Amino acid sequence: MSIQTHKGVIGTIVVNAEGIPIRTTLDNSTTVQYAGLLHQLTMKARSTVRDIDPQNDLTFLRIRSKKHEIMVAPDKEYLLIVIQNPSE
Amino acid sequence: MQGKVLVKPADQLDLSEAELKEEFTRVLTANNPHAPQNIVRYSFKERSYKPISSVDQLAIHFVLEGNLLHKDSDEARRQRAKQEIPEDTGDAEEGAGEERPDSVDVKSGKMERKVTNQFNYSERASQTLNNPPRERGCQTEPPPRAKFSATANQWEIYDAYVEELQKQEQSKEKQKTLVSKKEEDKGKKKMTTCSQNSDDITKVAKVTKIIERMVTQNTFDDIAQDFKYFEDASDEFREQEGTLLPLWKFQYDKAKHLSVTALCWNQKYKDLFAVGLGSYKFTKQGRGMLLFYSLKNSTYPEYIFTTLSGVMCLDIHKQLSSLVAVGFYDGSVGVYNLKEEGPQPIYKSTAKMGKHTDPVWQVKWQKDDIDNNHNFFSISSDGRVVLWTLVKNELVFTDIIRLSVEGSISNGQEGMQLPAMACGTSFDFHQQIDYLFLIGTEEGKIHKVSCSDHSSLLYCFKFCSVCFKKSGLNLLTIAFIFYYFSLRHIQVHVFDLSINKYEAICQQAVAAKKTKLTHIEFNPVYPIIIVGDDRGYVTSLKLSPNLRRKPKEKKGQELPKGPEVEVAKMEKLLSLLREPDLTVNPQN
Repeated sequence: MSIQTHKGVIGTIVVNAEGIPIRTTLDNSTTVQYAGLLHQLTMKARSTVRDIDPQNDLTFLRIRSKKHEIMVAPDKEYLLIVIQNPSE
Repeated sequence: MQGKVLVKPADQLDLSEAELKEEFTRVLTANNPHAPQNIVRYSFKERSYKPISSVDQLAIHFVLEGNLLHKDSDEARRQRAKQEIPEDTGDAEEGAGEERPDSVDVKSGKMERKVTNQFNYSERASQTLNNPPRERGCQTEPPPRAKFSATANQWEIYDAYVEELQKQEQSKEKQKTLVSKKEEDKGKKKMTTCSQNSDDITKVAKVTKIIERMVTQNTFDDIAQDFKYFEDASDEFREQEGTLLPLWKFQYDKAKHLSVTALCWNQKYKDLFAVGLGSYKFTKQGRGMLLFYSLKNSTYPEYIFTTLSGVMCLDIHKQLSSLVAVGFYDGSVGVYNLKEEGPQPIYKSTAKMGKHTDPVWQVKWQKDDIDNNHNFFSISSDGRVVLWTLVKNELVFTDIIRLSVEGSISNGQEGMQLPAMACGTSFDFHQQIDYLFLIGTEEGKIHKVSCSDHSSLLYCFKFCSVCFKKSGLNLLTIAFIFYYFSLRHIQVHVFDLSINKYEAICQQAVAAKKTKLTHIEFNPVYPIIIVGDDRGYVTSLKLSPNLRRKPKEKKGQELPKGPEVEVAKMEKLLSLLREPDLTVNPQN
């Protein structure tokens, strides 16, 4: 995937609708951890957005931390997670 | 005594024989002679006295009331209580057969007693055999259980409603077209099975795009910030001059050996622009490309089209921003629709249908004509200006003008001695008046033409650069400012004619050495420009505040804002540059 070759991208994970990672470029334990936690967070975020206005929907979610930035983009069946180091 | 002797009493009446035979009728009734015969009672219903129909005729002759009391009556009880006579003294005398066991002693004075047969009472009892109870039971298999939990948020309810609506609509459609759909369904079934087997990557394509943009934004974060917010502070110290700040660079590997031949911004999506790639060199002609980039993602183009011959010019329709008209080096024109998937243009002109014989240098969309068909103009070196109309599935061409060198315009009569054709290189239309436009030619002349009557040459300029362009920069207000840019090799020159006609207010080197800049375009909304070069490379630059400045307003004087101002300014400048020896038609 061309995103992986982008500058500063540490890892990419594709998660299906149940929270099970399908494709990843990181190691297993990290992947499972990220997938589980971010899946729940995305569900919560999406629920929040849609509760306020049902016609609205979550496009993406960005979590910036001290060390890196985690970007999550939900889809109907999938969830795409990218971890990037933005300072590079 | 046998003989009856009638004895006459002394006071008997003496009646005659006739009187004795007289019969007297006596009626015997049961009526009581003493009963009144005319009893009258008051009737409240009729509010009057009414005689009673029947009167009681009973006459009582003798009444004697007895002195016997029933033994169970109240009076009798009272008397008994007085005399204290036991109750059942008479039982033995009444002929009871057997003695009853429990009758006499205790229950005297009590009323409730077992009433039994007085004559022949006997009691018997017996018990039947009780069946031993047995327990029987059966157990079914418990139904399968599953845990279910769900939330009923507002959006889930909304989703369910929307789905229901869609199902209803689909079922309506199905009812209408049942037969024709059968074949389509079979095709669809094949499609769905294929897509399940295919790679997962294709499904996340949409999401990947979003993520790619986000990642790019992070990587080029400083550029994005500059784009939005950076203002060159040093412009305050420079009077008229300004600078260009380089922003994103757009590059695509497959386009490396092609040069940028055309650039166009999209009117509707202000961050999308089109790049046409081909080659200017006569000897080096190959294929071309049409790329669309968005400012949001500078690493990869949004749309890619490869073409057989080099793209020379392109134009995006102002209203329908998915229609793109392209002019090719081989003289043909094509129209692409961005909404459709295929790599081919939806319309393409062929040799029969009026293709140009020389490269097409410029195409431009027009407003829809009377039949609501889209149409566009093209101009090429063969001297023809052609109007192409999109009618249903094909392009229909109409020659508008043929240009010639001397300055008089002929309508292309065949069989006559052909005058040397001038090569039109660019044209631009009047903003408000549709049918009026200017044509620039290679020889350096500008013709002012209107579609209806092909009028004559108006001005004649001498310009050396082929890439002369008249650009307009549209800011948030509607004031237009005309800046002239000329691209000389690696530098971009900015001229503001209202300030200084001969010196550039900004000169800046934009590309690396050995590359030549070929094209430039303004963004209608943001203060940036894109510059293309001959390596297939597009750079975006931001204009510093000095370059964006609107004309200063003199105090106390109202400057009418709007294109009229700038048009008037243009006219003034043009009139200064006009050569005196040519006839000048008055401006309308």
